[in-house]
Amino acid sequence: MTDVTGAVERAVADAHRREWAFVLAATARVAGDFDLAEECVQDAYVAALDAWAREGIPRKPGAWLTTIAKRRALDALRRERVFRTKMPMLVEPDEAEVDEPDEDAVPDDRLRLIFTCCHPALAREAQVALTLRLVCGVGTGDIAKAFLVTETTMAARVTRAKKKISAARIPYRVPDSSELTERLDAVLSVIHLLYTTGHTAPSGADLVRADLVERALHLARMLLALMPDEPEVRGLLALLLFTDARRVTRTDAEGRLRLLEDQDRSLWDRAAIDEGRRLVLDSFRTGRVGRYALQAAIASLHAIAASYEATDWPQILGLYDQLLLVWPSPVVALNRAVAVSMVRGPEAGLAEIGSLARDGRLDGYHYLPAVRADLLRRLGRRDEAATAYQAAIDLVDNEAEQQFLAARLAECRPAA
Amino acid sequence: MAQYGILIYSPAPADPMDITPDYLALLDRYPAQVEELGGKIVTGFALAPSTTATAVRGDTVTDGPFIEAKEVVAGFFILEAPDLDVALRIAKLNPATRDGGVEVRPLFVWDGE
Repeated sequence: MTDVTGAVERAVADAHRREWAFVLAATARVAGDFDLAEECVQDAYVAALDAWAREGIPRKPGAWLTTIAKRRALDALRRERVFRTKMPMLVEPDEAEVDEPDEDAVPDDRLRLIFTCCHPALAREAQVALTLRLVCGVGTGDIAKAFLVTETTMAARVTRAKKKISAARIPYRVPDSSELTERLDAVLSVIHLLYTTGHTAPSGADLVRADLVERALHLARMLLALMPDEPEVRGLLALLLFTDARRVTRTDAEGRLRLLEDQDRSLWDRAAIDEGRRLVLDSFRTGRVGRYALQAAIASLHAIAASYEATDWPQILGLYDQLLLVWPSPVVALNRAVAVSMVRGPEAGLAEIGSLARDGRLDGYHYLPAVRADLLRRLGRRDEAATAYQAAIDLVDNEAEQQFLAARLAECRPAA
Repeated sequence: MAQYGILIYSPAPADPMDITPDYLALLDRYPAQVEELGGKIVTGFALAPSTTATAVRGDTVTDGPFIEAKEVVAGFFILEAPDLDVALRIAKLNPATRDGGVEVRPLFVWDGE
């Protein structure tokens, strides 16, 4: 009996992780309201614990859960008799569809759900919170921990966003082709932000943050399965895979930051790198590359290089030139300056950084003085390097990065 | 259909008499564009320049708009549209977005709960 209970609990937990988005997206269409939909889906998962122990685990857990959750939503709506007035933004409930047990016949509404959560009328932080809550089924408490705010703050953020969706009638719809590129970009940004939030967390400091990395990868894979013809989705997944392949070497045993050039490349995850390379190639074959595919291509060249010095810097510089055209951001220009220094020498890199510093948009961004310091160090200009390292330390708030910069600063200080 | 208040913000003092012929031509075309996109203007008003406004806060009466800013409310209209996506498409075409902007705000609906 205990074995059965264990197996059922595992199956339910697994279905929670894999099928939550599918079940909630389909239920929201019937419920016409995210709060009711969430409640019904929660109920369905609870009911599964019992029913699956009695009747066995269904062949298609997602379809089973969807049927139960939709039925509860319809029951609730009949009870409330608010069928017509409640959130008319959603598609009219189709009762015939509810009892359909075949998963293939259940319309996949996950894209509607994702695009609604990432609607541009919602602030980015609300998009992120809603995506975690509604698409991934993460509890508000855990979302709050991952973003270092109190649970009350996060709950208020989620409630406000849901109210706006309802009051302003943000439609439950996949945008049409004329708006798709722009709208997809918001979705990709949210997934990327989830990943980087988890990735840049102090190592081992917080399991909740490590979970964000997994959630982001899962979301990127889900999106690719739903939108197989979008090269930028492929690009994003590839970019995340390359970054993730280097996760274990990003910091040392003491949690100190390790630069790309000092990482042990034999520890990188080859399977992830191979998958990323296939995705980048597929993306470039379409001839419609955007900023994610270009960033992934750059990461790909780093991933396959035998060493930092042996990296194909001229090709990386060419990719940065392209990236700067589609994404004219000063941060991209700063990374390009590093590539310039590798191809044409540190002096050329410093010249690029000089013009970026005069531009002023990167004031307050610690990587600017950090990169400058590194180039000055390479040129043996230790006093200037020390000043730049100090400027970077004054701007950085991540502890691992602070320690790294302090160590470099100590190296540059003239011996007593 | 949902209803939205579209608040139009223009550089202060937003004097309708300063409207250029160019801007006026765009305004003339606007209602047709609204219909084409699936919306309907229920009613709308232009306001006299913000230099004619008087603000009352508590029992203090001051000369000028309620909030001193570079842009002031120049007018508003009530838009009927099927959803926010359509309302935003319509808002983006408003000529005020060229040198000022618009705010799209759903009208409050009491749903009895």
